Amino acid sequence: MNAPLSFLDRPNSYIGRSVPRPNAKRLLNGQGRYVTDIVLPRMLHAAFTRSPHAHARIVSIDVSAARQMPGVRLVATGEDFARICKPWVGTLDHFKGMKSPPQWPLPIDKVVWSGQAMVAIVADTRAMAEDATEAVQVEYEELPAVVDIDAARSTGSPVITPEFGDNVCFRGVLDTGGVDDAFASACHIIEEEFRFARHTAVTLEPRAIVADYDPNEPRLTVHHATQTPYQFQDLYSRHYGIAEASVRVVAPDIGGSFGMKLHVYHEDMAVVGLSMMLGRPVKYVADRIESFVSDIHARDHRVRARMAIDAMGTILAIDVDDVTGIGAFSAYPRTSAIEGNQVIRLIGAPYRLKNYRAGLQVVFQNKVQMSQYRAVGHPIACTVTERLVDLAANKAGLDAFEVRARNLIRDDAYPCESPTGYRFEALSHEVCLAKLRTMMDYDSLRSEQRELRNRGIHRGIGIATFVEISNPSPAFYGVGGARISSQDGAIVSITPSGDVRCLISVTEQGQGTETVIGQIVAEHLGVDRDRVKVITGDTEVTPHGGATWACRGAGIGGETALQAANKLKANVLSVASAILQDHAGKLDIRNGWIVDASTEQQRIELAEIARLAYFRSDTLPPGTQAQLSVAHHYAPQGYPFAFTNGIQGCHVELDAETGFVRILKHWVVEDCGRIINPLLVDEQVRGGVVQGLGAAFFEECVYSETGQLTNGSLADYLVPMAFEMPDIEIGHVETPTLDTQLGAKGCGEAGTAAASAAALNAVNDAMAPFGATISQLPMTPARVLKALGHI
Amino acid sequence: MNEAVNIRVTVNGEVRSHSVAPRETLADFLRNALELTGTHTGCEMGACGACLVLLDGQIVHSCLIFAVQADGAVVETIEGLAQRKAIAELQEAFHQRNALQCGFCTPGVLMTAYGVLARPGVPSRNEIRDALSGNYCRCTGYEAIVDAIETAARRRAEAAAEPEPETAP
Repeated sequence: MNAPLSFLDRPNSYIGRSVPRPNAKRLLNGQGRYVTDIVLPRMLHAAFTRSPHAHARIVSIDVSAARQMPGVRLVATGEDFARICKPWVGTLDHFKGMKSPPQWPLPIDKVVWSGQAMVAIVADTRAMAEDATEAVQVEYEELPAVVDIDAARSTGSPVITPEFGDNVCFRGVLDTGGVDDAFASACHIIEEEFRFARHTAVTLEPRAIVADYDPNEPRLTVHHATQTPYQFQDLYSRHYGIAEASVRVVAPDIGGSFGMKLHVYHEDMAVVGLSMMLGRPVKYVADRIESFVSDIHARDHRVRARMAIDAMGTILAIDVDDVTGIGAFSAYPRTSAIEGNQVIRLIGAPYRLKNYRAGLQVVFQNKVQMSQYRAVGHPIACTVTERLVDLAANKAGLDAFEVRARNLIRDDAYPCESPTGYRFEALSHEVCLAKLRTMMDYDSLRSEQRELRNRGIHRGIGIATFVEISNPSPAFYGVGGARISSQDGAIVSITPSGDVRCLISVTEQGQGTETVIGQIVAEHLGVDRDRVKVITGDTEVTPHGGATWACRGAGIGGETALQAANKLKANVLSVASAILQDHAGKLDIRNGWIVDASTEQQRIELAEIARLAYFRSDTLPPGTQAQLSVAHHYAPQGYPFAFTNGIQGCHVELDAETGFVRILKHWVVEDCGRIINPLLVDEQVRGGVVQGLGAAFFEECVYSETGQLTNGSLADYLVPMAFEMPDIEIGHVETPTLDTQLGAKGCGEAGTAAASAAALNAVNDAMAPFGATISQLPMTPARVLKALGHI
Repeated sequence: MNEAVNIRVTVNGEVRSHSVAPRETLADFLRNALELTGTHTGCEMGACGACLVLLDGQIVHSCLIFAVQADGAVVETIEGLAQRKAIAELQEAFHQRNALQCGFCTPGVLMTAYGVLARPGVPSRNEIRDALSGNYCRCTGYEAIVDAIETAARRRAEAAAEPEPETAP
């Protein structure tokens, strides 16, 4: 017997279907076109002399020997750039009292972190440029380095930017009131101090940029490995004084980004200036060591947290204090305060919580900038919350599932608001919790755990509930004055052959943006997916929009494409109705044919409409002007963010002798609303989980007391590799947002949001028989042994 | 010491004669001089596997070998394997399973997978994960890659077990 027909069996029904990515074939043949691969005529190569000190005054710079080195075309210092580039300041207006010093491509009077680019060299080859960097003579007067977050805030600490008077970039406070009373009446109080290391994106393709300034028009073309070409078009235009329409930013294939490649980097801004100084294309590709010392780092928090519960395990109040270290200035243009802000706003978010108080201090230090990386703030908020919930369960004598069942926001309670002001349209914590329990076969795992403990094998089970922010409105950046769009734009056209082209502002970094946009356009237009070509990542051809970040590609970009396709379909049917002398409302498009909507009888092929419209307009009825291209923009309205939710489970085995933890299995149940392509959603979630597990067990930028990064190579900095990673089972719940016709929310950060938290809870569960606990990430073998009291 | 050296290397079946600097790595030579940009460099210290190529039939890190050391050798890159359809079943399995995202690690991963498939039998998932221990992928979390290699290995083993189709006399 055949299964009954589902919605997926309709012609051109692609939304909800696992289809592979058309653009992946090129990459599978070694035919990707990354910025790293781009070579332009007369192109030169840049390299940078870097500061060996974390904090020093620049006494003098002597570049005379470097200028004489073979192949060198230009040597430029901070003052050369200050003459042509306006400085930037990484603050947002809605973060009251936030401060950050002005930045230029290269420093003028002092260096503020070890590895900071000091002097730029342009030469015929990269090797020649690197040779010349060693001939640059800089005299420094070393200053005391501000490294530790407590030292940075202590009285008498050196102040990195003396005009500010202290090293605090931003202070945030949230207080619902009622917290002290709740703690006074609590049956149990749980307290914990958490530490989260700095880690970094380690995209396999490092940052890469080719700037090509043509002084004749004048005109600037930048091939830039970035998620956000429009943001950089705006920045290059404004900081270098070039008309925006004369600046083109092209983002071709990108070898991973995860938020890292949407910030302003000094070297990238410098390369644009170098190309302007020379009137020739200049290329810069960071090598791995340069990536470690100049890419943004992520996290770096110490959170002190308390939770009050009653005798039944009901959460009464949470009180937290987060201190986060961001480097010597706040990143531009998105700032380094978003991370901490999201930490304090997301803590407790899945739970029915009334009384909440949070303090945030964002602290300057002599390290490279810290800023947004995948799941901004989420893993910190989730880990703090979920560890407190597990500790509460222990106090109240409840199981991990039971304590959550008692406290999660009920599935029938929406819409509702968190104590931090987040408005939730509809989440599904209870159904996700139940689904995870089934998927994990939780009761069997617990009985197996008891049995194995008797044999000296220590396994741990941890779960973690999360809420994720997606589809951001201007509430994120626009209201703070940043020229970062929350709307997207698409131009969809029927070609003369009846094919479809969609130029759209959301961008592709391998997550499948072009594929899902193609699915949406094909379905809503009524054509075969193979006939839709999606083009992204070129400000010269795609309309201005936010691009891809913060889980907005499918939700906002997808809705843009949907609405544009609907508009184009109406235009096509209008022409068809004129040709067929029939009412447009009685017609539809299926499989590239105009059909009778009720009988599906084929009337005229879409390609024939296009042929007539483009080449034989003389045969169309008088007054018919075929509009076979549509430009359409969509900005999110309704809820300021589309929140998603889910829950993860982690199963580990602890070797109590060595401190090594083996991850046996990981589970995720997540609800990203309407799923456009299950295959791609699952792989977003898996990749995200592994980045979270990396943070949980391996990844840490280790600094010396003098502010030197001591593990800046792929031999010393540990990333998750295939053998250490588990299989990850994924389940879905679909609660579409009603703010859009598409109903999609984000899924890219869900995996990273809660993986570390589930892992931390699992390791603590494994250590329970030893009476040991751990609250620091990454959980390295040394830290686990220390927690166990072995060292 | 910086004098250029002439080398003759057979790359993807073609003999290529070039003058190279002694310090130029094989990876840079392939990418820059021969424009074979499918070979990537991710760490330039033999840790990430993005630069894997075949050198006289052995899978090696082209970032750890100087171009002059490849003089007289036979080199095959991702472009060569793809062109002679040596990895077609792997590419198909990777495509269907979405075992790649940004694609930057993919040529090196396919090189490792080619080595795995060259061994007899169907490897276990642990054996595949072990074989991939020198390939860093930031995007996928590895599971899809393991699945795709497992699928390709199984299909190859099934095809080998089937009786030879009868040929016309």
